[in-house]
Amino acid sequence: MSEGVMQADQPPVIEAAPAGDLFAKFDGLIAMREGLLKAGQEDPFSLVMEQVLSPTRAICNGRETILLGTYNYMGMTFDPDVIAAGKQALADFGTGTTGSRVLNGTYQGHRECEDALREFYGMDHAMVFSTGYQANLGIISTIAGKGDYIILDIDSHASIWDGCALGNAEVVPFRHNDIDAMEKRLKRIPEGAGKLVILEGVYSMLGDIAPLKEMVAVAKKHGAMVLVDEAHSMGFIGENGRGVAEDAGVMDDVDFIIGTFSKSVGTVGGFCVSNHPKFEIMRLVCRPYVFTASLPPSVVATASASIRKLMAGAEKRAHLWKNSRRLHGGLKALGFELGTGEAQSAIVAVIMPDLEKGAAMWQALLHEGLYVNLARPPATPANMTLLRCSLCAEHSDEEVETILGMFERAGKTVGII
Amino acid sequence: MDRAETDRRIREQLEPFNKKGIAVADDTSFARDLEFDSLTVMDFVAAIEDEFDIIISMNQQAEIETYGQLVDAVHAMRKDDA
Ligand SMILES: Cc1ncc(COP(=O)(O)O)c(C=O)c1O
Repeated sequence: MSEGVMQADQPPVIEAAPAGDLFAKFDGLIAMREGLLKAGQEDPFSLVMEQVLSPTRAICNGRETILLGTYNYMGMTFDPDVIAAGKQALADFGTGTTGSRVLNGTYQGHRECEDALREFYGMDHAMVFSTGYQANLGIISTIAGKGDYIILDIDSHASIWDGCALGNAEVVPFRHNDIDAMEKRLKRIPEGAGKLVILEGVYSMLGDIAPLKEMVAVAKKHGAMVLVDEAHSMGFIGENGRGVAEDAGVMDDVDFIIGTFSKSVGTVGGFCVSNHPKFEIMRLVCRPYVFTASLPPSVVATASASIRKLMAGAEKRAHLWKNSRRLHGGLKALGFELGTGEAQSAIVAVIMPDLEKGAAMWQALLHEGLYVNLARPPATPANMTLLRCSLCAEHSDEEVETILGMFERAGKTVGII
Repeated sequence: MDRAETDRRIREQLEPFNKKGIAVADDTSFARDLEFDSLTVMDFVAAIEDEFDIIISMNQQAEIETYGQLVDAVHAMRKDDA
């Protein structure tokens, strides 16, 4: 297909896949993507950060850009103490472990990182995985086995769904945040079957939180174990930053908390914390823990340093909330449609009328010097196109005002407000 | 409850989801003919579950492609109960 031949408003012609080509199933998606790009749209899914200046600034396509879609909530990525800890571990322990946690891949640093997590959550056990994705994959597929039932919110993160798919349990979804729908399903589960209820503290698509107080109580009433993914709340929701479960006062009734180092902690890695007396057996039976290499020493060292700083992050936490409320209120006042009525987390989701307008808005913002996340079907609830903004504690008050100005200009250019 | 009765009750639940008023037979496909997306599937399954007080897990749903297969599956679950 030659450049420039096609008109933007014509459906792109995809060459028919030869017989037996397993890629034929992607033709629809390829066509959609090419259609967008031919219309002069920059590809929202292959942006390169050429230089990263701080937790809130980067150079993209030669432009200095404010970052508003990184989940770097607490701005720990450039914290001098955290960087120093990483450098020290790199020098002392080398670049990588080249091994599984259960063989040669558990260093002093991995233990210290698990200690930091146990302290942070006030829980008996902590298990560090190579990513949060793997933590969900591993814990869910291992604890819910054949004949057990998983009851989960339909808007659950991909890693939760993949954990269900990897295991052998019966999977029963219920309508997003619908307490009655959840209870009805729990009631119908055959007598004696094991039950695992899976919830998230913050749902990252719309930035709304779960009614955990009610849901956890219902789950417990029906004898279910409860797993809560707190990926998007660590460090700034709840008195000690333990998440929505802490804020709702139900920490003692949550059996497993899943989290990640890739958001507030500012590096990469995942974990599960629990008070279950037999939790340690997971290290031997959980395949996504056993059959992969452990995190590099520098990563666990930065994670430990960051987690310990998050324990004392009250001021940053307050500023993050201030930023979230200001952005939410400002965008609402400008006339944008938002995912929640008020700021419930550090995610503000701006609902776009359709994918074309959403992509155009994303590009207009990028040209203004602002990066946000474009989320599109099928990853989104109700097939919405969303511009997801995530605030950082390091965004200054002035930056938030600048961001609002960018949204106003771009919104008017694209014709959304 | 016989299969015809199960069929009648499922047909009643299907009505509001059959937006284009497609004629539904045993070989009508939910995805292809009725064009159900994942959200519609969830709501429709919830309606059936409530109507019969049963659970149709996603594992079971994966085996159900057509209307007739759904009637058979629900009918079998009801028989198990009896
Ligand atoms: C709710 C939720 N759970 C788990 C993950 C996976 O985390 P990680 O990036 O560590 O794999 C994410 C983020 O991608 C998430 O949003």
